Amino acid sequence: MENILELKDIVKIYGNGIVANKNISFQLRKGEIHGIVGENGAGKSTLMKILFGMEQPTSGEIFLNGQSMKIESSSQAIDKGIGMVHQHFMLVPSFTVAQNMILGMEPHKGLRIDYDKARQMIKALAEKYNFQLDVDAKVENLSVGIRQKVEILKALLRGAKILILDEPTAVLTPQETEELFVQLDKLRQSGHTIIFISHKLKEVKSICDRVTVIKKGQTQGTYDTDQISESELSGLMVGKNLELNYQRQELPQGEAVLRVEKLEYRQKNKEILKNISFTVKKGRILGVAGVEGNGQKELIELLTAAKKHYGGSILMKGKEVGTCDIAMLRQMGMSYIPEDRMLQGVAAEASIQDNLIANRYTQKIYQQGLFLRNKVFADLAKELVGSYDVVCRDKNQRMDNLSGGNIQKVVVARECSVKPELLIAEQPTRGVDVGAAYFIHQEMLKLRDQNSAILLISADLNEVMQLSDSLIVLFNGEIVAYFEQADAVSEKELGLYMLGLKRQTEAEIVEAV
Amino acid sequence: MNLEKKFEMIRTLTAVVISLLVGFLIILLVGREPVQTIFYFVLGPVTKFRYLGNVIELAIPLIFSGLATALLFTSGLFNLGSEGIFYFGGLLAAIVGITLRLPSFIHPLVGILTSALAGMAVMAVIGFFKARYNASELVISLMFNSILYGVGLYILNYNFRDPSVSGFASLKLQTTALLTNIIPRTRIHSGLLLALAMAGFCHVFLYHTKWGYEIRMQGLNFKFAEYAGMKPAKIILLTSLLAGALAGMGGAVEISGMYERFRWAALPGLGFDGALIAMLAKNKPLNVIGAAVFLAYIRIGADLMARMTDIPSEMIYILQAVIILLISGRRFLENYRQRALIREVEKNG
Repeated sequence: MENILELKDIVKIYGNGIVANKNISFQLRKGEIHGIVGENGAGKSTLMKILFGMEQPTSGEIFLNGQSMKIESSSQAIDKGIGMVHQHFMLVPSFTVAQNMILGMEPHKGLRIDYDKARQMIKALAEKYNFQLDVDAKVENLSVGIRQKVEILKALLRGAKILILDEPTAVLTPQETEELFVQLDKLRQSGHTIIFISHKLKEVKSICDRVTVIKKGQTQGTYDTDQISESELSGLMVGKNLELNYQRQELPQGEAVLRVEKLEYRQKNKEILKNISFTVKKGRILGVAGVEGNGQKELIELLTAAKKHYGGSILMKGKEVGTCDIAMLRQMGMSYIPEDRMLQGVAAEASIQDNLIANRYTQKIYQQGLFLRNKVFADLAKELVGSYDVVCRDKNQRMDNLSGGNIQKVVVARECSVKPELLIAEQPTRGVDVGAAYFIHQEMLKLRDQNSAILLISADLNEVMQLSDSLIVLFNGEIVAYFEQADAVSEKELGLYMLGLKRQTEAEIVEAV
Repeated sequence: MNLEKKFEMIRTLTAVVISLLVGFLIILLVGREPVQTIFYFVLGPVTKFRYLGNVIELAIPLIFSGLATALLFTSGLFNLGSEGIFYFGGLLAAIVGITLRLPSFIHPLVGILTSALAGMAVMAVIGFFKARYNASELVISLMFNSILYGVGLYILNYNFRDPSVSGFASLKLQTTALLTNIIPRTRIHSGLLLALAMAGFCHVFLYHTKWGYEIRMQGLNFKFAEYAGMKPAKIILLTSLLAGALAGMGGAVEISGMYERFRWAALPGLGFDGALIAMLAKNKPLNVIGAAVFLAYIRIGADLMARMTDIPSEMIYILQAVIILLISGRRFLENYRQRALIREVEKNG
C-alpha cells in the first residue's frame, strides 16, 4: 500500500530547552488507522502539532504523497488535506453547531452568510458518514461526545483526508468510546486515513491497523496491531515494566474533616450545583467521578474559597468555608493540587525553591525577626527535590525549564509535604507521564495512610477507581451515585452513571453524608 | 551561571552596544568632526574629575526613581506615577526648606520625610483604585502626574515664587535645608548615601522578607499568589506605599542636594527615566545602581558632546529609544538563544 505521509528524522527542541522529539520517523499508509502510543510527555502531541503546522520542527522532513513539503501554519495543513481534532476542543460555545462548522469558510450570499446553504452542506456531510447531529443546537448545550463529533465533521468539511485525533477517548465514557470507534471504522472504509493518538493500549489494539510507539521523543518502531501484544507495547512505551502496587492500610473509620451539606450554587441564573451532600473523612480517599463540565470545577472553587456565596453549607473542621479566605483554610490544614499547574499551581518564571515555599513562608520556623531564613528554605528545597524525585539541575532552576511531570511533582511536593489534614486533588496527574503519575499516586496513598482526608476529582476513570476508597458520581451538577466501596463498581457501570443513563435512589445517595 | 541569566545579560549588553553603534552612525552621518564628537561622547565624562562628579550627581535621582519603578514592575504593576511624585516631592522639600527653621542636619531630613509621606499618600490612592476596583494603574498614575504638576505649579506660582528672579523659580531655600557636599571639587551630596542605602534596603526587602517574596510571586503569577493564600490587595498597597516613598524622597533629595531654589517649570522627566532604568536593571535593586550610573554617563557624555561639537544632546533620546525597543522586544536575539539552547541540550545528550 502506498504511503500517504512520511516523517523523517523530526527533531523539535522547545524554547525552554525541552527536547520533545528527537529523530522521529514513521510512515502513514493510505486508508489505515494508525495508532501513536507513548506515555504522557513522550512527544506525541508535539509531533502532531508539527504535522498540523502549529509548531515548526527544529530539523527533519515531511513528505506528503511522496513530495517533500513544509507546513507553516494550520491553514496550510488544512489546504493539504490534514485535519485535527484537539484534545481540548476548539469550538465557540455560544455558537450553534452550524456556525462553528463554517467558521472561517462561510458560504455567503452577497455580504450575508448563507445559513441555509451551510445547513444543507453540513447535513449532507453528516448523512454521508452517518453522524446524528442537530445543526442548530448551541455547542454549550452539547455533551462532550457530541462536541467531538462536531470537531470531526468540522475537519471533514474542510476536506481532510488525513485526520489526526489527539487522545480522543480521554474525555469520553466507555459507551461514547464505542460509538466513536464505529464512526472511525466508517471513515476508514470511505478512504480516510486516521492518526489515533492514545496511551490506552486496549483501544489502540481494537481500532488501529498499525501502531507506532514513541518513547522519550524517539520512535521505537511501527508494528501491525495483530502482531504485538498489549504488554509488549507497554514494555516498549515505558522501557521498564512498572510494578504497580496500589495497596493501602486498613484504617478505622475516621472523623469528618470536610462536610458538605445541601450545597446549591447558581451562576447567571443557571443551576450549577444541586443538593450536594458528602463528607470527606480522615484516612479515606473520596473520589469524584464524572465527565468534565458537570459541576466539578465550581464545586472545587467553592471548597477552596475561590468562590463564595452558595446555598447550604461547607464545613471544614466545623468552620463555614464561605467565611474563610484561602490563607485561613491553608492554616487550618487544607492543601490543594489544582488542575492547571501553569495557570495556578506554580509561578513558572520563579525558581523551584520559591515555588516550594509558597504555602509555608509565613510559618514561624522560617522567620527570623523581620527576615526569612533563606538558608532553611534552601535546605527544605534540596530535601524535597530529592525525596519527590524532581529531575532538575538544582533547586534554583526556573520552573518553566522542567517537564510537565516534574512541574507537577513540585506542586505535589509542596502540597503534600505540609502533612495536610485535607488534600483536594484536582486531576493530579493530567498530562503527566506514567512514571510520575504512579509516583504521585503513591504519595497520595501515603498521605491517606498517615490519616489525611483526601478528595480526588478526576475525569480519568482509572485514576479514581484505583485510588478512591469511596466514590461519588457527578452528573449535571448533582450526585447521581455513591459507592461506599469504590472497588465494588465496574468501569462500565460507572460510565452509565456518568452519562446520566442511570441514577441511584435518594436513599443510596444520602449514604455519602 | 545558568543559561537564562547569561542570556539576559548578553541581551541587555547587546542592546546597549547596538544603541551606541546607532549613536555613532548618526554622528558619522551628520557631524562635521565625527571622530572628535564620538570621543567627547564616549570618553568625555572621564576627561575631568568634575565631569565624573556630574555623572554621579545625575545618577542619584535616577537611582531613586529606578528603585521605585523596579519595585512596581516586580509586583506586576505598570505604574508610571513616579514622575509626578518626583516633581511634587521636590516642591514640598523646597517649601519645607523655605518656610521652616530647623538645625542643619534635621532640616533636610524633615523635607525628605515630608516628601516621602506625600509620595506614599499619592501612590496609596492609585494602589487603592487598582486593588479595590481593578482600575488600570497606568491610566490613573499618568493622570496623577498631570494633577500633581498642575497643583504644584499653582502652589508655587501663588505662594513661593520669587518675583525678583528672572525666569521661573521659587524663593531661596535656607542653607540649613541643603544637603552637604561629601566629595570636594564635585557637587556630589549626601543624598548619594541615602540612595545607596535605599538600594540595599530594597534588595533585602525583596529577597529576604516575606513581603518581598509575596511581591515577587504576585508579579510573576497573580493567580498563583492568590492560590497560595496571599492577599493581592495588601501586596498592591504595600508596593505602592514603598514606591511612593522612594519617588518622593528622590524629588526631595534632588532639590535639596543640587539646587538653591525650586526651578522645575515642567515635569523633570526623572521619574519616567525610572522605567528605562528598571528595564535595564531587570528590576533588580542592586542592578539599579549600575543602570542609573550608565544612563547618567551617556547623558553627561551627550551634554559634553553638544557643548564641544555641532551634535545636539537630544541625540541621546534616539539611543534610549533603541535600548528600550530592543530590551522590551522579547523576540530580540531569540534565535541566538534557541541555538545556544540546542547546543547545550546536545552537549548534555
